[in-house]
Amino acid sequence: MIPLSHVLLLSGILFSLSVAGIFLNRKNVLLLLMCIELMLLSVNFNFIAFAHHLDDLSGQVFVFFILTVAAAESAIGLAILVVLFRQRSSINVEDLGAMRG
Amino acid sequence: MIVNVLFYVFGAILVLTALGVITARNPVHCALFLVAAFLNSAVIWLLLEAEFLAVTLIVVYVGAVMVLWLFVVMMMDVDLAKLRQGFTRYAPLGALIALIVVAQIGLVVYVKQLGIDTGGAPVPKPEGYSNTLELGKLLYTQYLYPFEIAAVILLVAIVAAITLTMRQREGQKVQDIGRQVAVRARDRVRVVKMKAVKPDAEVNQ
Repeated sequence: MIPLSHVLLLSGILFSLSVAGIFLNRKNVLLLLMCIELMLLSVNFNFIAFAHHLDDLSGQVFVFFILTVAAAESAIGLAILVVLFRQRSSINVEDLGAMRG
Repeated sequence: MIVNVLFYVFGAILVLTALGVITARNPVHCALFLVAAFLNSAVIWLLLEAEFLAVTLIVVYVGAVMVLWLFVVMMMDVDLAKLRQGFTRYAPLGALIALIVVAQIGLVVYVKQLGIDTGGAPVPKPEGYSNTLELGKLLYTQYLYPFEIAAVILLVAIVAAITLTMRQREGQKVQDIGRQVAVRARDRVRVVKMKAVKPDAEVNQ
């Protein structure tokens, strides 16, 4: 049997690696989106670990919904990215100052 | 015991592939590392008795979403050198933040212990237990409404992705289906009534 704390620690390491990835690749929108995918994956780990250890399937249902939303998010994100690249020929975050936010 | 060994092996590979995702130079390599990370997590989910989700992760994520990613990554002709600027400058800060996050999560997990690890192993599932069946029962009864909302979210995503990326090029020749259907025979063919003419005998000679 896998100890709960080890699964939680693995998911924490995965999450922190993706946070570090956002710092490292902060100019490349494509890689930022990939790091967000990795974060969602690490959150799913927590849900599945608790669903296993509490013997409650609701956690797995939530992972199902997270997967759905993540798929929708990456589809729309990539569509926006393609349109952006067509207009500016660049996916550098520093070039995306049109809204001056 | 074998389950534990497999968990640590695949967990180690998962961490290595995640490192690959955030440090690889080529975005295509990043996407492929992400595929490897998803595959490893699917194996760990199998070990945690989430069989349906493990298969879903492979079919939906590796099979569909990551292929979409690879398409987009390969479509874009990105100037990599410019995007890599400042990579090493922010590396120490990124590593520091990562270490802080790991330390915090580790503290929560190990100091608190959550009171769960101590209370016995989960009951082994009986023979013939189906994770998919149980998940389906829950999804179509208690979580029916959220399930349908999820379906609507996917539909919105499809419509949004298509409308965002569709464009009309200048000077492109396209069919106008409405005009094609509405056309009448008399707009295209002119029937001319005329008398039959006898060939002139002298001209024929």
